[in-house]
Amino acid sequence: MANKVLVLGEIKDGELRHVSLEAVAAASQIADGGEIVGVLFGKQVQGCAETMIQFGADRVLTSDREELSVYTTDACRQAMLQLYEQEQPEAMILPHTSSGKDLAPRLAAKLQTGLVSDVVNIEINNGTAVFTRPIYSGKAFEKVSINEELLFATVRPNNLETLEKDISRTGRIEPVDLEIKELRTIISEVVKKTSGGVDLAEADIIVAGGRGVKSAEGFQPLEELAEVLGGAVGASRGACDAEYCDYSLQIGQTGKVVTPDLYIAAGISGAIQHLAGMSNAKVIVAINKDPEAPIFDTADYGIVGDLFEVIPLLTEECKKVTT
Amino acid sequence: MNIYVLLKRTFDTEEKIVIENGCIVEDDVEFIINPYDEYAVEEAINLRDLHGGEVTIVTAGGEEAGQQLRTALAMGADKAVLIGMEEVTEEVDHYTLSRVLSAYLEDKQPDLILAGNVAVDDGAGQTAPRVAEELGINQLTTITKIAIQENHVKVERDVEGDIEHAETSLPLLVTCQQGLNEPRYPSLPGIMKAKKKPLDRVELADLNLEEEEVKAKTNSVSRFVPPEKEAGKILEGELYEQVQELVHLLRNEAKVL
Repeated sequence: MANKVLVLGEIKDGELRHVSLEAVAAASQIADGGEIVGVLFGKQVQGCAETMIQFGADRVLTSDREELSVYTTDACRQAMLQLYEQEQPEAMILPHTSSGKDLAPRLAAKLQTGLVSDVVNIEINNGTAVFTRPIYSGKAFEKVSINEELLFATVRPNNLETLEKDISRTGRIEPVDLEIKELRTIISEVVKKTSGGVDLAEADIIVAGGRGVKSAEGFQPLEELAEVLGGAVGASRGACDAEYCDYSLQIGQTGKVVTPDLYIAAGISGAIQHLAGMSNAKVIVAINKDPEAPIFDTADYGIVGDLFEVIPLLTEECKKVTT
Repeated sequence: MNIYVLLKRTFDTEEKIVIENGCIVEDDVEFIINPYDEYAVEEAINLRDLHGGEVTIVTAGGEEAGQQLRTALAMGADKAVLIGMEEVTEEVDHYTLSRVLSAYLEDKQPDLILAGNVAVDDGAGQTAPRVAEELGINQLTTITKIAIQENHVKVERDVEGDIEHAETSLPLLVTCQQGLNEPRYPSLPGIMKAKKKPLDRVELADLNLEEEEVKAKTNSVSRFVPPEKEAGKILEGELYEQVQELVHLLRNEAKVL
């Protein structure tokens, strides 16, 4: 297999995103004993680099260049291409996040190679890496292999198990010198809209509302439950179209595809497009007034009832057990 | 402004996926313009109306994709181009598609290329950024707003729920995210006019491409539909008891709390 794998980690608000460690785990499967080289961009990344090492990276390359502190295609593309030249890896793993999705296809095109996007599982068959990825937003899956020398994939958050943390593991953390020039994009502002910093794609628990939520204010009990559970709030297309919430919260075939441990669907009937976006959640709870709602066919647990009665009770009950 | 839209014909999102002998069954399936590409078509038309110029829709695929091109023309695009892929007998991947599309665009000097941020069938979102790289132009993905003044471009991007304000210049490739606009339905006069608009067919040979050059770099080994879930447990009793039982089950049976 690959004797060296380059893994791009991602830092958000000063913290290493969990998907970075899942990417390291993917790398270790492909490396099969080969070297795993992490990459981190940003200021004061020492702690994050150590975490990557404790979770399986052998060495971490870092750069605190100003141009790399906020993601732009041009800057990260140049940086990764230089690190690729320097390290000559046989495989590269990036997170399938907003920036990973933007960057990986460009690197693949530049290197004239194949790329498998949005990987949820990796198996090694007779020395060949076979990647599983969802198609039709999770209505089906496909297994893909790469015909080229370079194995290149992006991994979907929340799907691959990380390796065991080993605090005795040590490795070199190497600042690298990068040449970055002719940047064409300026980021003038980032308006934070995500609640409590829990991102839908990476949330372990999602509380989602549909048309049954009835209004923008109707989302408040859902937000309270999400906060108690440390989760994120999502929505169906119905709720977004009715302007109860922002489209950035939409889960479904158009919208985000999520795989949390727990998905609580409140006032969502369960249209096929919505199911495509969430049916691969590990555990699904449906709360709906209509006992015939199709969401109950996909749910592990169902409560037939008014969400405005059920959700506050559930919030109170969860407070008791989570504190 | 010279505007191009990359469009893909996809399954209607209502469709269930059936797989037989490793192949996705396409009989009796409704096809549509990939929903994210519809945003691209709509935005392209609006930008042309504001700034002048021409909107050309490009797709790579079989003859049947002409249907979706006609729809885009009926919405208001000026021209359409179908790059015939029938001769590519081997598998097609994002490498193949982006090589073909960029070979077509190479000498067209586009000011702006729009595409959906992802296709709802394949879901990879690779083709558009690959085309930008092949053409050596800048890209901004998952945009929810765009304003152009002469050569200067301001966009808003959906970055995992947060809104990023970015500025750049033309030429540029953007991929469209939900929230950018509300795509129009083709009007009857639009449909009539579309019949007379140019829909050209281009072959790989016209692009000086050999099949071997665009050979897929990845190989789809198998496809499968996940096993159907068993029906879940509908709780019973007083609402308060149901909620208590639910929390108990989530903690002890499902172990997710």
